[in-house]
Amino acid sequence: MATLELHSIVKRFKDNTVLDDVSLAVDDGEILVLFGPSGAGKTVLLRLIAGVLDADAGRIVIDGEDMTGVDAEFRGVGMAFQNFALFPHMDAFANIATPLEARKTPRDAVRAGVESVARLLKIDHVLTHRPRALSNGQKQRTALARALVGSPPVLLLDDPLRNVDAKLRFEMRLELPRLLADRGATVIYVTQDYKEAMALGDRIAVMGQAGIRQIGTPEEIYLQPAGLDIARLFGDPTINLLDVRPSRDGQGIHVALSGTRVELPAAMEPSVGRACVAGLRPETLHFVKAGTKGAVPVTIEAETPLNEKTVTLARTRGGREILVSRPAGTPGPDHGEAFLAVDAGSVLMFDKASGERIAAGGPAAPRKRATA
Amino acid sequence: MEHTSLIERILRGIALALVVVFFMFPLLWIFLMSFQTNETILSIPPQLFFTPTLQNYTALITGKLTSAAGTLDIAFMRNLWNSVFLSVTSVAVSLLLGVPAAYAFARHKFRGSEDIAFTLLSFRFAPPLLVLLPLTLYFQQLGLANTYFGLVWVYQLICLPLILWIVRGYFEDISADVEYAYRIAGHSWFATFRKIALPLAGPGIAAAGLLAFIFAWNNFVFALVLASADKQPVTVGALAFVTASGIQYGQIAAAIVLSIAPTLALALYAQRYLVEGLSLGAVKG
Repeated sequence: MATLELHSIVKRFKDNTVLDDVSLAVDDGEILVLFGPSGAGKTVLLRLIAGVLDADAGRIVIDGEDMTGVDAEFRGVGMAFQNFALFPHMDAFANIATPLEARKTPRDAVRAGVESVARLLKIDHVLTHRPRALSNGQKQRTALARALVGSPPVLLLDDPLRNVDAKLRFEMRLELPRLLADRGATVIYVTQDYKEAMALGDRIAVMGQAGIRQIGTPEEIYLQPAGLDIARLFGDPTINLLDVRPSRDGQGIHVALSGTRVELPAAMEPSVGRACVAGLRPETLHFVKAGTKGAVPVTIEAETPLNEKTVTLARTRGGREILVSRPAGTPGPDHGEAFLAVDAGSVLMFDKASGERIAAGGPAAPRKRATA
Repeated sequence: MEHTSLIERILRGIALALVVVFFMFPLLWIFLMSFQTNETILSIPPQLFFTPTLQNYTALITGKLTSAAGTLDIAFMRNLWNSVFLSVTSVAVSLLLGVPAAYAFARHKFRGSEDIAFTLLSFRFAPPLLVLLPLTLYFQQLGLANTYFGLVWVYQLICLPLILWIVRGYFEDISADVEYAYRIAGHSWFATFRKIALPLAGPGIAAAGLLAFIFAWNNFVFALVLASADKQPVTVGALAFVTASGIQYGQIAAAIVLSIAPTLALALYAQRYLVEGLSLGAVKG
């Protein structure tokens, strides 16, 4: 129940500029995912918002109030740390109760509050345990409960699923969105896992060197990444990146793959004659029968059945490797020669030198929520 | 567990026993001496079997030392009390000053913080005899010579650096995130210091306090020069047993037993707590 704005935040550690002119606005009740590799400054940004670090320049505004110089305890944020940061000398109950106690909540209300959030997170049976007697999953839930219990209007979650096992991570990835939506809090969620980012975020802010590279809905980030680096971060298997030099003739703009002409939409105009990298998502490629117009001949190298999809490694005539992904159980070639149809509308074109996406066009592909 | 053969275990047992005997023997001997008269102590060969006597202890406790040359007043119980008072007060003052300072040095890197911390440590480098003469002169001018206040102040040279540097390390070991989490939960920095930092550094503070107590208790030279008879601790007071009519070995032994008893008891009591505290893995959670 609060908006959050960052205005031109700068943070340096000695000579190392971690955040350079970062601005961001998060709507009331929105879940914004901060996504990026380690060292991109995600955690630093969270700590600036929480008030445990001070920015060198810029302003942080929570619900219209400038937070510059406001101590952490007065900012009304809840935060869950990646390393949990539980108080080792207090039991789980006391850990979770700390935000309520800070507000001089009556004892009954503290008990009621802690127990209700503990039930929600299924840790009500371990409330008397100290952190070292808790499993990693229980620690993570305790840390989350502590962040949630005071119903803070702004919730900062620093990669809370990083240190828990795969099964729990999967469960929490399903549970968290509902949990957070129920709370109605404005959430900033840090993660390095693109699936988590796509599953949880209303919007995703992709952090790069010292700042935010791109902000958008998960679909925008996936389907219209601002640059090569972002395209590579999202998607499994990763996007196919092929060096191409689009050219134009009487029939339109096209590139050559395996010696075959692949037509591109007219909006690719700016890429003509430049050294480019074409990005082809593995799931946008389809095997087709020989002789289909525009089909690219390839040799099948290997096939890897994953649970819900089958990934095929193919090689073009020119020796370039291409990954193709199709839903498991659908027919497809597993050896020898095959032909690939390229969905021209979903080709992403990047400038080779700068790595930036060349304004391509059009409504790129269907607007379905893309996962995996 | 690695498997050890019987012979290895026996040898290890013998080796440990030898070490223990080597270190404990003087204490044991002193303990035995404290129940003997000067004559039995000085008899050759030494007697392992003797009729124990409590006269050394009664002499110390009543303060009347009877020897061949006559009766001598000694203020041993007064000395013991002085030792307790000086050590406890010094350590208390040091903890009061040193623990917050250690926290500041551990958590806040301000200009000159390292220099100040190092200067405090350097008090322990200086040979006490070097500073004693000027200190005595100053103390006489200030009227601090031969006062408990002055002695406790000088004892800070012993206790404060020790506590500051040991406790600082313990504070640095506490993950800053744990403290941040408490702040974000809505608590002031002082509450965080009290409820998070202090309990988590508790074992370290106890260890530092204990060590400082032992150092203060064992101090000799400061008290020798700066305190007169009624303010002297046991370390200095023991000199009184070197009398004109000879050295009173029995009383010295009894005095030693009485004067190491408090530190020994404290160390034994604290050891249990320290081991428990240190093995808590307090920091990682």
